[in-house]
Amino acid sequence: MDFILEARAVNKYFRNPVLFHVLKNISFGINEGEFVSIMGKSGCGKSTLLYILSTMDTDYEGDLFINKRKLTGLTGPELAHVRNEQIGFVFQFHYLLPEFSVLENVMLPARKLARKSPKQIRMDAMEKLDLLGIKDQALKKASMISGGQKQRVAIARALINDPKIIMGDEPTGNLDSKNSLNVFNIFKQLSIEQNLSLLVVTHDLDFARKTDRIIEMADGEIIS
Amino acid sequence: MTRMSLIFDITRTHLLSRLKQSSIAALGVTFGIGTYIIMMSFMTGLNGLLDGLILNRTPHIHIYNEIKPSAQQPVDYYQAFQNSINVVHSIKPKKSQVRLHNALPLMAHLKKDTRVKGVTPQANARVFYLAGSNELNGIVNGINALEEVRLFNFGDYIIGGTPQDLIRNRNGILLGAGIAKKMSLKVGDRVQVSTATGGIFPLKIVGLYQSGLAEIDNVQSFVNLKTAQQLLGEGSNYISDLNVKLWDMENAVEMSKNISRQFKLTAIDIKTANAQFETGTSIRNIISYAVSITLLIVAGFGIYNILNMLIYEKMNDIAILKATGFSGTDVQLIFISQAVIIGILGGIIGLLLGYGVSVLISNTPFETEALPTIETFPVNFDPAFYVIGIVFAMLSTFLAGYLPSRKAKHIDPIEIIRGQ
Repeated sequence: MDFILEARAVNKYFRNPVLFHVLKNISFGINEGEFVSIMGKSGCGKSTLLYILSTMDTDYEGDLFINKRKLTGLTGPELAHVRNEQIGFVFQFHYLLPEFSVLENVMLPARKLARKSPKQIRMDAMEKLDLLGIKDQALKKASMISGGQKQRVAIARALINDPKIIMGDEPTGNLDSKNSLNVFNIFKQLSIEQNLSLLVVTHDLDFARKTDRIIEMADGEIIS
Repeated sequence: MTRMSLIFDITRTHLLSRLKQSSIAALGVTFGIGTYIIMMSFMTGLNGLLDGLILNRTPHIHIYNEIKPSAQQPVDYYQAFQNSINVVHSIKPKKSQVRLHNALPLMAHLKKDTRVKGVTPQANARVFYLAGSNELNGIVNGINALEEVRLFNFGDYIIGGTPQDLIRNRNGILLGAGIAKKMSLKVGDRVQVSTATGGIFPLKIVGLYQSGLAEIDNVQSFVNLKTAQQLLGEGSNYISDLNVKLWDMENAVEMSKNISRQFKLTAIDIKTANAQFETGTSIRNIISYAVSITLLIVAGFGIYNILNMLIYEKMNDIAILKATGFSGTDVQLIFISQAVIIGILGGIIGLLLGYGVSVLISNTPFETEALPTIETFPVNFDPAFYVIGIVFAMLSTFLAGYLPSRKAKHIDPIEIIRGQ
């Protein structure tokens, strides 16, 4: 089976204030186009796992593969490039750069990747915003739009480099039910229409139930 | 290239979105650099003027015959008393001639030396200035006016005429300003001069000499060398003093020693004559450097502070930039470039400010008795100050940006994202 994202025997310890085994021998994989959610109680290690998978946390044991490439042991700038090119992020809080316009926020990762001309990037960004139904907000300052709109901008930004996988850390945690549904529908649509893999950490049972697969965690282990 | 333009875009947006803070940081640099330029230009200008007051008109080596008692008295040569202590009471100075022996060949010899910029001969005569029944004693210096102007800035101390007027008029005199005032004489009048030997010479006042030192202005006047020799009743080889100017003042001590040994004359070098002078100059320089550097460092701390706060404010931005694929170095560059832009802009405006105020100062009236030809404050527009200023501005702002930016580089995005 070809996994887009695979973790093999990942262990993680917190050393402060005392040694604590957070993740215990985690192994799993995500297929292309699969929409997976991770559930579990607070403190079970699901966010910690997500940050390891996202390559931002490098302090772990075990191996991590994205698109069959081993990422464990790469340098900071190399990992930054992997994140830039292959992973899209959506967080609970929107994390847009407030001084920049919506359009500029979406364009940033693509300009960093610098694979396309600025003109092409601009067109792509408008297309992503159109896809998410917020094209009309493109030229507003990011600090001037509503919470639901910000989350959609964040999704557009996650999509701009056509990544292999999108990761979300409670992407609906801060949204009302209408906007949550909206975000879910967007994710679902991306998964079906663009064959995008999604990995979402969530507390929201309704949200998780509608995904392709639920990974349930407790005390640092996958229980189902 | 695209990477830098992207980083520059982010930098620009950061700077423009907090224009007030950015301009205050830049103003700090502007102020520091501006003050540095003003202080250095003005201080070194004044220093140059003050140094010039003494150094420019003082010969580097002054050669003359000093009236003094012989170091070895005849009794010292007598072999019978060689091992005894000889005490001679009431030693009188040896009678010797005032004129320099073989002065013209000596002058020619000195002029051949490559270290020498020029040599001027003088013949000094003690005289009385006569006006009606008044007699004032004084000294008349016979000079070669052209050489004095070239070597010792003589022209700077002449008012109401020029040294050239003296050359054109064989019976001309540049009268000391103090004498002129006492005797209520003015340029164009005649003054009678009587010499020690009794002759009376009428001379025409072609200008006044004002050194700023009342003691000198009250006694000293200048005439052509030939006129002075006539006053003394001597021939054209009568020369009482030689003033030597060197290309490099540092050679004065060694040369003066050689001259006095070789020709058995008294030769005083400028360093011995004006030892206290260099000390004052270097202390003034140290003070101005200390003050300007303090100002620049304070400006640097201002930038450091503002960037530090900016980085705390921008924690979320830094986290998201890192999460979406910007490396630590990219983030660091964003903040360093902000500091450097503030430094360059503030520095350039500071240079302009410094230049503007310097021009203003250099046009401010400044009148001093000491230098009759100076009308405004002296300012030194040395480009080196401007180069040092902008280099220091960039260096200090780079450092002020580098330290906080290192923190931004090492911020762990997970901590920020989880910490919410």
